[in-house]
Amino acid sequence: MLLSSISLALRSIRRNILRSFLTILGIVIGVSAVITMVTLGNGATLAVQNQISGLGTNLLQVRPGQRMGPGTGGAPTFKDTYVDAIAQQIGGIYAVAAEGRATATVVAGGRNWSSSVIGSTNEWLKTGNWALATGREFTAEEIRAGSAVCIIGSTVKRELFASVDPLGQLMRVREFSCEIIGVLDSKGQGAFGNDQDDMVLVPLNTLQRRITGSKRINTLLVSMADGSEPERVKASLRQLLRELRKLADGDEDNFNILDTKQLADTLSGTTQVLTMLLGAVAGVSLLVGGIGIMNIMLVSVTERTREIGLRLAIGALEREVLLQFLIEAVVLAALGGLIGIALATMASVILAGVMDVPYVFNVSVNLLSFVFSAGIGVVFGYFPARRAARLDPIEALRHE
Amino acid sequence: MTAVSEQALIRLRSITKVYGEGRLAFQALKGVDLDIAQGDFVAIMGPSGSGKSTAMNTLGCLDRPTTGEYLFKGAHVESLTRDERALLRRQYFGFVFQGFHLLARTTALENVELPLLYRGEPTAKRHAAAKKALAAVGLTGWEHHTPAELSGGQQQRVAIARAIVTEPVVLLADEPTGNLDSQRSNEIMELLWRLNEEQGITVLMVTHEPDMAAYARRIVRFVDGRIDTDTVNPAPVVQAREQGLSRPTEAH
Repeated sequence: MLLSSISLALRSIRRNILRSFLTILGIVIGVSAVITMVTLGNGATLAVQNQISGLGTNLLQVRPGQRMGPGTGGAPTFKDTYVDAIAQQIGGIYAVAAEGRATATVVAGGRNWSSSVIGSTNEWLKTGNWALATGREFTAEEIRAGSAVCIIGSTVKRELFASVDPLGQLMRVREFSCEIIGVLDSKGQGAFGNDQDDMVLVPLNTLQRRITGSKRINTLLVSMADGSEPERVKASLRQLLRELRKLADGDEDNFNILDTKQLADTLSGTTQVLTMLLGAVAGVSLLVGGIGIMNIMLVSVTERTREIGLRLAIGALEREVLLQFLIEAVVLAALGGLIGIALATMASVILAGVMDVPYVFNVSVNLLSFVFSAGIGVVFGYFPARRAARLDPIEALRHE
Repeated sequence: MTAVSEQALIRLRSITKVYGEGRLAFQALKGVDLDIAQGDFVAIMGPSGSGKSTAMNTLGCLDRPTTGEYLFKGAHVESLTRDERALLRRQYFGFVFQGFHLLARTTALENVELPLLYRGEPTAKRHAAAKKALAAVGLTGWEHHTPAELSGGQQQRVAIARAIVTEPVVLLADEPTGNLDSQRSNEIMELLWRLNEEQGITVLMVTHEPDMAAYARRIVRFVDGRIDTDTVNPAPVVQAREQGLSRPTEAH
């Protein structure tokens, strides 16, 4: 009986192809909206996580001043002796680097480009998970002496050298020229939309003497070893810095420690909340789609009263008519769900490309949407189906 | 069952039917006794409101009488439930309506197959039976046409094919020619006669046209909820023609 009811329902859907399509349109839109929203939201979360982990895993950024952000608020800057102190006195550390930054125009081969010049050591590469595409790191002698050597990011290479091999070439940075000894692998866009590859790395001494002309250090990067306890490392780092900066017990910290993992959690938490919100809004449209199915099914029952009368007259049982209409609703809703999934997959892939977030096929949200849309068919199809099944055959046959 | 009930395929005793309740109650049937033998061809006539349609619905087990007895093949069916009556109709009855009641945008073949779907017959058997039924009504070659592509007479033939595809014992036709011109009407009546004569299907037909009633073997006339006259037609049209007799002059 179930099989013949399914066959009857399918015939009926096929007979009224346009109406069937209009009936499921709401579900199609609802399902595709939910899936697209959730998929893109998850993609955005993943993108944020990727970008932040690109900053460096388990990275602590230490800056002068009490709050995060630019400026020191009058707090003294760091000294390069801090780096050795931290490396020697705190356990569970993978790499420590002092960082100085300046913006400068770099010129090579007749082309110029404005880029960010970073002064640090080889340790800086470790803290940022950077890898060399070609060339070598600085030698100890180059770092100590502040030699005119530099390692460039892939954006700088592209802008100044195009396809020419930059190794061994000279590049002018403000008033001095440095020899390019290495090119870094590309890391792409950063967490805040910045181009991380648009940079030139020089030894810290080189930056301080030849570009900024000051010994000030505004950032310390501390990368924790895998398996170390971030809270413990942070606590001992804070204690050490307080000692180094000679703060009395009652004084507030005149520096702040930013944990990128914490930042990642906060940001991905935000995008996850946004994803849920968008998914919920789209879910409402799915519900509206369900009401649309009920509406059309009710109209369909009225419109097909004579047909139902005939079916009852030639011997259809009440439950057969009920089942036929119920199956019709469920098949329609499920079909809408399937089309919605297909549409959502296309939309997600395209939009993920446009928005530059990774596309990840989310099995659970697709499955859930499908099951939910079929469920909507049952819930919203039942009432019209029962109404059809309970018609009086004589009245129904006479219906105009 | 008793010997008496075996004689008649259908036996109605003191059938009444009341619609509505209290002061609004309307008595459509006021005590009807009727026996119909297997293989009969009965025309049910009468003015509108005479109860002929109610009688037809009761005979076809589409409706339940308020009081009285209905024996079908000797079994009481007057108090069957809705679904039990549906199963009875599925098994023994075929229906033809004035308005054809074919499913739109559905081929003739599929329309004819419909009752077999409810019987759960396998596809091959359904196709074969439906083709046979369409052939019986002279519509071979029209299997894949939809009602919109068929004339009124052809549509009614499809409806008759649908009614006989289950090889019913009784064929109930409610004003089967009401929507057709006289030529098509006569064709349909010839068809019903053949089904009755050749296949032995008992035909019960409601009509208000004496010309159509003249095809039947027996004419039952309802007036005011009761059977007024119940006469045997001495010369049903087809029989009369085949026996070379002249068509009887109309009595009305």
